[in-house]
Amino acid sequence: LSRDRLDEDAWEEVEETLLGADVGVAATTDLVARLRERTRVLGTRSADELRAMLSEELVAVLAPELDRTLAAHRVDGAPGVLLMVGVNGSGKTTTCGKVARVLVADGHSVVLGAADTFRAAAADQLATWAGRVGAEVVRGAEGADPASVAFDAVRRGAEAGVETVVIDTAGRLQNKVGLMDELGKVKRVIEKRTRVTETLLVIDATTGQNALTQAKVFTEAVDVTGVVLTKLDGSAKGGIVIGVQRQLGIPVKLVGLGEGPDDLAPFDPKQFVAALLGGAP
Amino acid sequence: MFATLSDRLTGILTKLRSKGRLTDADIDAAAREIRLALLEADVALPVVRVFINAVKERARGAEVSQALNPGQQVIKIVHEELIGILGGEARRLQFAKQPPTVIMLAGLQGSGKTTLAGKLGRWLREQGHQPLLVAADLQRPNAVNQLQVLGERANLEVYAPQPGNGVGDPVQVARDALDHARRQARDIVIVDTAGRLGVDAEMMAQAAAIRDATSPDETLFVIDAMVGQDAVTTAEAFRDGVGITGVVLAKLDGDARGGAALSVRHVTGQPILFASTGEKLDDFDVFHPDRLAGRILGM
Ligand SMILES: Nc1nc2c(ncn2[C@@H]2O[C@H](COP(=O)(O)OP(=O)(O)OP(=O)(O)O)[C@@H](O)[C@H]2O)c(=O)[nH]1
Ligand SMILES: Nc1nc2c(ncn2[C@@H]2O[C@H](COP(=O)(O)OP(=O)(O)OP(=O)(O)O)[C@@H](O)[C@H]2O)c(=O)[nH]1
Ligand SMILES: [K+]
Ligand SMILES: [Mg+2]
Ligand SMILES: [Mg+2]
Repeated sequence: LSRDRLDEDAWEEVEETLLGADVGVAATTDLVARLRERTRVLGTRSADELRAMLSEELVAVLAPELDRTLAAHRVDGAPGVLLMVGVNGSGKTTTCGKVARVLVADGHSVVLGAADTFRAAAADQLATWAGRVGAEVVRGAEGADPASVAFDAVRRGAEAGVETVVIDTAGRLQNKVGLMDELGKVKRVIEKRTRVTETLLVIDATTGQNALTQAKVFTEAVDVTGVVLTKLDGSAKGGIVIGVQRQLGIPVKLVGLGEGPDDLAPFDPKQFVAALLGGAP
Repeated sequence: MFATLSDRLTGILTKLRSKGRLTDADIDAAAREIRLALLEADVALPVVRVFINAVKERARGAEVSQALNPGQQVIKIVHEELIGILGGEARRLQFAKQPPTVIMLAGLQGSGKTTLAGKLGRWLREQGHQPLLVAADLQRPNAVNQLQVLGERANLEVYAPQPGNGVGDPVQVARDALDHARRQARDIVIVDTAGRLGVDAEMMAQAAAIRDATSPDETLFVIDAMVGQDAVTTAEAFRDGVGITGVVLAKLDGDARGGAALSVRHVTGQPILFASTGEKLDDFDVFHPDRLAGRILGM
């Protein structure tokens, strides 16, 4: 967006910036139409102004006014319960560790529940994170019923009077009906005992259009309350969350910026949009 | 959510029922629909552009103008071109003249490398080989245990002299693994490496060092089928940083269209050898270009 006249090339550049960041055809078409209308009404002439307007529109779609704090704390005498869900390899277990790290650093006690009893060494991985950040881990045998491990974890958290219980679940692709049912059961079983205060869908920033389907199907199954956008430290822009916010109204709450315990940050719409448009954050 | 390309093209091209040349406007309209379909399937923009030009070229030719149904003919061209790109130079694994054959796995975090090590090992053993799995991801928490568990399930030996979780030198492990394989008469060595980002120069240098220490016969780039536009940048980074000889498309059991495959093929010029299609060890197959072409087009 370096030109100083709004010719068709400038518009094409806008479109390609958005499509190239995985914003997707539908959201891009929508945004460009709105911008064309605004520039027509306002008589915008320069590419700089167009860029500023595009940035404004993108930030607006991300609903910066939304509350993005995590409902991670004790309510009504019970620990906050976070449920981490998502497709395979997106960064759930790592995010459980990082979230626990933030809470522990704030002086809270945390129980991590290893309800991924399926993937090889998944519970070991969570236990390593628990050790790293100073949290307690509750785990079951390999192949144990994930819902019962989750239940044990919230029971342990309640008994120990901790601030937060974070439940890690196995990765699953949203078109696997049986696995999605299993996830629904995990949540229902926890809810027999206490409230799930936050259900976080972990989305890898490199994901393309499939993330929309992920968000839709996971929300149907477990009523997702927030997105964690991981691996934003790579070259991917993560623009698909614009479509997720626009279609489903689920806000991004946290971003993952690396593999270390401190590589987690609150989602900042302005910073995200600046990075997406290739400018300095 | 996605209309199939057939639906879309039928919409604009059925009017042209009789034989006759498609006008440039017809071809442009068709090209726009094809572009949308490819973008919705996550084919990267620069690749879409090159592809569309090739299709336009052919659509202007005789095979379309003489067709009874120009819409169907255009779809056929798109399909054929896709298969051409996805399947060009299809080949089998390259084996070393002097065993052991070394297969190094590389890719982004979480793409499916470790799982693939188990699958590939199991598959090769079924074909009469004696594979050794090597735990050279000493970074990701419990990557070594994960590979050990997979090795146990698949009944394969795992060479894991270092505990990992930040302890041990992966280059040394990979180098020593070759001696170990010779001593144990293993004819194939599959090296699992840590996930790394293309933008992480230090980690890319480590991958290059593992490569230099083992001179792999195959360096397989494992990519998640759900990846979007970033496929181009990432594939370029691995092509330039490690050198790729083949591609494995993972998580194809999902419902992603898998257009990233086209991007990776375009960027690396290397064949897609295998498809990973689930979490179990036998969810694995050689790659079928025709199936993916149909899937990208929603056919
Ligand atoms: N660069 C980077 N890597 C990350 C980030 N978050 C997670 N990872 C890495 O991504 C890989 C997968 O992370 P996991 O936390 O195991 O993912 P998961 O969703 O629990 O995976 P499954 O349980 O197998 O479905 C690991 O190598 C992590 O270190 C991030 O924000 N940035
Ligand atoms: N559904 C499905 N899941 C897969 C497939 N391949 C791997 N997975 C899952 O994806 C997740 C990540 O797989 P890994 O093999 O640990 O990936 P990786 O590339 O070794 O990850 P890092 O070592 O952290 O970089 C795990 O949950 C696997 O079970 C596949 O083809 N289909
Ligand atoms: K980024
Ligand atoms: Mg996990
Ligand atoms: Mg691995």
